[in-house]
Amino acid sequence: MVKDIIYSIKSPYRQSMDIVGYTFGAGERSCCVVGALRGNEIQQMAICAQLVDTLKRLEENGCVIPGKSIMIIPCANTYSMNIGKRFWTMDNTDINRMFPGYDQGETTQRIADGLFKSIRDYVYGIQMASFYREGEFLPHIKVMDTDYGKLETYESLSDFGLPYGLLRTPHPYDTTTLNYNWQVWGCRAYSLFSTYTDHIGKQSMQTAVNAALRFLIAKGILKWTLHRGMHTRILNEESIRTVKAARAGMLKKHVSVGDEVAEGDLLCEIIHPLEGNTIGRIMSPVDGTVFFAYNKQLVMEHTDVFNIVPFSNV
Amino acid sequence: MIKPVSVAALPVAENFVIQKNRIENNAGPEAASKRVCVVTGTHGDELEGQYVCARLAKILSDGKQKLSGIVDIYPAVNPLGIDSVTRGFPMFDLDMNRIFPGSSSGSLAEVAAHDIIRDIDGADMCIDIHSSNIFLREVPQVRVSEQNEGALLPFAMMLNVDLVWIHASATVLESTLAHTLNMRGVKTLVVEMGVGMRITESYCSQLLDGILNILRELGIWSGAGGQTRTPLVSKDRNVGFLNSDAGGIFIPRAAHGSHVNTGDSVGIVIDPFTGAIVEETLAPCSGLLFTLREYPVVFGGSLLARIMEDVKNG
Ligand SMILES: [Zn+2]
Repeated sequence: MVKDIIYSIKSPYRQSMDIVGYTFGAGERSCCVVGALRGNEIQQMAICAQLVDTLKRLEENGCVIPGKSIMIIPCANTYSMNIGKRFWTMDNTDINRMFPGYDQGETTQRIADGLFKSIRDYVYGIQMASFYREGEFLPHIKVMDTDYGKLETYESLSDFGLPYGLLRTPHPYDTTTLNYNWQVWGCRAYSLFSTYTDHIGKQSMQTAVNAALRFLIAKGILKWTLHRGMHTRILNEESIRTVKAARAGMLKKHVSVGDEVAEGDLLCEIIHPLEGNTIGRIMSPVDGTVFFAYNKQLVMEHTDVFNIVPFSNV
Repeated sequence: MIKPVSVAALPVAENFVIQKNRIENNAGPEAASKRVCVVTGTHGDELEGQYVCARLAKILSDGKQKLSGIVDIYPAVNPLGIDSVTRGFPMFDLDMNRIFPGSSSGSLAEVAAHDIIRDIDGADMCIDIHSSNIFLREVPQVRVSEQNEGALLPFAMMLNVDLVWIHASATVLESTLAHTLNMRGVKTLVVEMGVGMRITESYCSQLLDGILNILRELGIWSGAGGQTRTPLVSKDRNVGFLNSDAGGIFIPRAAHGSHVNTGDSVGIVIDPFTGAIVEETLAPCSGLLFTLREYPVVFGGSLLARIMEDVKNG
């Protein structure tokens, strides 16, 4: 294992923020795994930390294929993490909306630039990602459906052995993310979504670690034995049904992420926040699996409360 | 007349409401043939537009007989942000100016964006007033993307600003309010001026004259107001960017809005422990110092100033 500082910035009163990369093996830049870009992506950092710990042992046992190398960057935003803030400490900008970065720009543009220059040449890229909506997800792997995406990238979604592989049609605001720019640069990029963000889930963390290791094995970067995981159902993000709150108030959920529901099943009630009576009920529009659940107690109107993956693609 | 533009329920005993003030006089010769919208407050910490909107509303209401047409004033596109000193849309991760045209089936912020576009649609002109953030002070300027230069530059020249900055188009900017409206045929000018969280009265008066000038040019206002200055246009000019490489405290050494010569000191970054100058920022070219850092604490990478280079003779 080689530990490098791949980018460093200075502030007036804090120690410099060093972004550390851990490299296993040598030779071709085969796969790069990036963890937290935001200060609350604790699960994402923890997944990478465990990958570092595991790969250390695997490398000592000669499991990294000669001529291949893997770099893991557990956290590219220690400053925000240490003060419990999701976005950049000073100006609240989001590093994951700054790619490919700009070396003469503002601090987060420079961080994105410095990071991207050291990771863009890898054959494969995996970002341990969190979504902009707050809630819990079933673990899944996602690829941006762009002109740059290659068919192989889509087919490899099942190499992770996660239950779902999603194709996402990018919105304009996606074009400044790491994943999108990795693809533009020619790297085959994936985003791995674990269940949580600012909470470490032991089981979901292990699921994500195994998924990354499984991918490294499938791509001939790592030689090791690991069970094959789950069958991956590949679908377009648009085929997931969103269920919105038509009323605002307190949320009383009757189902959780992973539950199977039938059309018409009660998913949640909306309770009047001052008077306690039920003012709304939300039923499932379809037979399917609960893929995402909002995890706050209060909801405003139009909030996406559940996402359901229909059993059939019809 | 104050009218609601977008309404949605918040969790506890409150509605989210975006409002506008419609000032109209249908008695004129061109009876309500034209409509101009003045919009501000997409970013909740940008307040320069507050005073412009307030004064414009007063002038137009008091002089209604000199108006022939409609002026819609939207002082707070992001009302929760303004009321809570928050740049973004509270409880929503994305910049509100990255989600237009919004969606009637989206989250509350996206529905609000959709409602705003629907409301402005069909207007002859829109002026979208932004301040800078709290970090930088800007001279009054209009920002126009290259692709809209032909349609917008003649109007930008009438707005009584100091500068028109024509910038390259970027995919990520396709989801701004201005881009969305321009694509729909509503000529929309983006104004940037002053500094975040503050009101610069002289700039507000200057822009107010410019807005009244445009209303006169469009034939819907016959009252006071007019142009007193012609802006520099960035075309064929370079913009010099000055960033800090060190962390420390920035002390400006040149006046904002002044003309500087190559090699002039624009400011210094000092070490607060020792008073030592850790960096002196020199002008890389001669020109207008149109951006100057307002917030003293700087990190490596912080933008300190921008200079619009003079046109070289011969
Ligand atoms: Zn703004």
